[in-house]
Amino acid sequence: MLPNHPAALRHLFDEIGTVDAIGIEERVAKFTTRSIKKRAKLFGLKLAVSMVDLTTLEGKDTPGKVASLCRKALRPHDATDIPPVAAVCVYPAMVRHARRALGPDSPVRIASVATAFPSGQTPLRTRLGEVRAAVADGADEIDMVLNRGAFLAGEFARVQDEIAAVGEARGDAALKVILETSELETYDQIRAASFLAMRMIRAGDFIKTSTGKTAANATLGNNQVMIEAIRDFYLETGTPIGMKPAGGIRTAKQALQFLIAVKETLGDAWLNNTRYRFGASALLNDLLRQLEKERTGAYQAPYYFSEAAESY
Amino acid sequence: MPTLTSEKKAARPAGRSNGRRPPELLFGDLWEYDPAPETADPKLKPRYDLFIGGRFVAPSTGQYFDSINPATEQKLAELALGGAADVDAACRAAARAFDTIWGRMPGRERGKYLFRIARLLQDRAREFAVAETMDNGKPIRETRDFDVPMCAAHFFYHGGWADKLEYVAPGRRLVPLGVVGQVIPWNFPLLMLSWKIAPALAAGNCVVIKPASNTSITAVKLAEIFQDAGLPAGVVNVVTGPGATGGALMAHPTTAKIAFTGSTEVGKVIMRSVAGSDKRMTMELGGKAANIVFDDAPIDQAVEGVVNGIFFNQGQVCCAGSRLLVQETVADAVVAKLKRRLRVLRVGDPLDKNTDVGAIVSRAQLETILGYLDAGVKEGAEMWQPPCRLPAKGFFMAPTIFTGVTQSHRIAREEIFGPVLSILTFRTVEEAVEKANNTAYGLSAGVWTDKGSRILKMSTELKAGVVWANTFNKFDPASPFGGYKESGFGREGGRQGLLDYAKLT
Repeated sequence: MLPNHPAALRHLFDEIGTVDAIGIEERVAKFTTRSIKKRAKLFGLKLAVSMVDLTTLEGKDTPGKVASLCRKALRPHDATDIPPVAAVCVYPAMVRHARRALGPDSPVRIASVATAFPSGQTPLRTRLGEVRAAVADGADEIDMVLNRGAFLAGEFARVQDEIAAVGEARGDAALKVILETSELETYDQIRAASFLAMRMIRAGDFIKTSTGKTAANATLGNNQVMIEAIRDFYLETGTPIGMKPAGGIRTAKQALQFLIAVKETLGDAWLNNTRYRFGASALLNDLLRQLEKERTGAYQAPYYFSEAAESY
Repeated sequence: MPTLTSEKKAARPAGRSNGRRPPELLFGDLWEYDPAPETADPKLKPRYDLFIGGRFVAPSTGQYFDSINPATEQKLAELALGGAADVDAACRAAARAFDTIWGRMPGRERGKYLFRIARLLQDRAREFAVAETMDNGKPIRETRDFDVPMCAAHFFYHGGWADKLEYVAPGRRLVPLGVVGQVIPWNFPLLMLSWKIAPALAAGNCVVIKPASNTSITAVKLAEIFQDAGLPAGVVNVVTGPGATGGALMAHPTTAKIAFTGSTEVGKVIMRSVAGSDKRMTMELGGKAANIVFDDAPIDQAVEGVVNGIFFNQGQVCCAGSRLLVQETVADAVVAKLKRRLRVLRVGDPLDKNTDVGAIVSRAQLETILGYLDAGVKEGAEMWQPPCRLPAKGFFMAPTIFTGVTQSHRIAREEIFGPVLSILTFRTVEEAVEKANNTAYGLSAGVWTDKGSRILKMSTELKAGVVWANTFNKFDPASPFGGYKESGFGREGGRQGLLDYAKLT
């Protein structure tokens, strides 16, 4: 029998507490008034580069496009002090092409969106098969989607069982659970889903805001709800879970604001790419553009750094 | 206490079950913010005179006193020391302006001046924000985002009323009182000035105002704006000086009304000095607000509200939430979260855009606050301060919380007027109301709960002029502000505030 949704959710809120939407938005507004200058800015920009999951998730992706993305990921810029990004993020069919481009011992990891991304609406065995295939082809990380239909229907046990099943199928790969925050509607539900997911995964795994395939993606607000959930879960259990906001972070300025939120909420231990990532593509060139501006003291001509991630 | 682990165990066992230290967050120096000072020019003059009858004039005493920057202890400017003769001259100038121009001017014309003042202040907002921060010690983030914009908002709001006075009390007419004497405190120099001057002018009164001796610079700077706005001579007069100058103003026979914002102690002295006269009075005095957190409140947002309630403006706020009443069941969780939050509060140079807590206004005030810390510790409360590096010079102190506080402790009863939070617990709603109301003050209160019906019940039972629900320290020119009991009487802001500056006929 399915649990009754309002009661199940209420029970969960009794355990984890609720979120006040106005309060959370006032909190994150303060992050946007921080002023990051000089060395702090350089550090933040380079840190952000090292946290990018450079992503291409298009029906029109080709092995050639994935290969050029991989080269960009390994060496984002000519300047030698700029680190490679954390990972490339591709569809399962592209994993083997990415592995061929990056080689076996690459500093850049391969993340793959398995489990019928972005909807997750296929039978579980199909989704698990996809996960196994991606890992077999060389994926280091699996980005799975939460079963939002089951979550919204209050079937929390099914949501968690599916995460556990994927957790088994991924083997040694790291797991990122995509909550798809825009489909969860409220901050309360985002907090609830964060806890449901975190209870089923292990240290080194992540929770992630969105697929990037819906109208609303990562915001400072839902990032804050999730990193506060991560903080509370860590303090209670000792298990550090990572965070990945994805979609909608296109500028260096936005990325710095997200990092300020991490610094002032989770502290220094989360300021690295084993615990924090940006799911983005256009962001990378804006980070490079700003780094170059800091290095040269001059704003860069628009044609030096493409706005379109397709031309990476 | 609600726990975060469910019956279903997490994938990894809890860190504290196998004898290791409990997990803690690390707020270190991996990514230090570089200094980000606001560089706008405050355009300070070396010496400021009195503003009487539309002109800047030297004080009759021939004396000047220094105004210092509390963050650097360096002299900012010299201010005129106004004496009783200057107060008298200012009152006469105001009376003349009232009789000949301002009292007779149609409201729609008066409104134009208020709008003009507001716009001129907006044009010079950054300059005024920097000047206010240097004069008072509060962070530039607050003067830039709160003090200066709110000051302009009060002039705009009351400018809007000036031609609509016949609608304030339908069927009756609002008649201005005449000359109003006003004395304002040092915690929000510009904002308090606008709370006082704007409604007075909108209703057709003329003003003599005495800013606090610590923080008079922006008041005399604003007098420059009055000149630029073409405000008729004598409509607003600014007399700087020590407390005695304010005393002379409050007792002056010309004033039809006096308005005071400051401590309850001084308020009582003023009221005694005018006893037997027919002066009207508005008194906005001290407070010891309770911020009440119930166990169903969203804890992180409540903690944020508590921080905003007591550390905004270094706690030098009459309506500061200086007593935290927290329900027993969540007390440990709230205190733990509060401590973590305080670890990332940035104390330091008020002109740095990343500073959250600036300098205390004066050495005397700092010593008063430190005296309360001693008293709290001596009376048995437990003091905690986050580790923070305070600047070597200037009147700085770390944000402070006290746990284990009881109702009889001085730190729970007296207004400290500094960044010091006293934490008490309660078990039932009735106990929370009883403890919150068990004070001589009644200016403000805060309630944090997910339950709407409880908010409504609390807001009627709490004897406080303002009750904030799931937020704190929110202000609007349209919202009346004032106290119960020894927090004063009369209201400022809104229709009610306007009525305190007029006779109804």
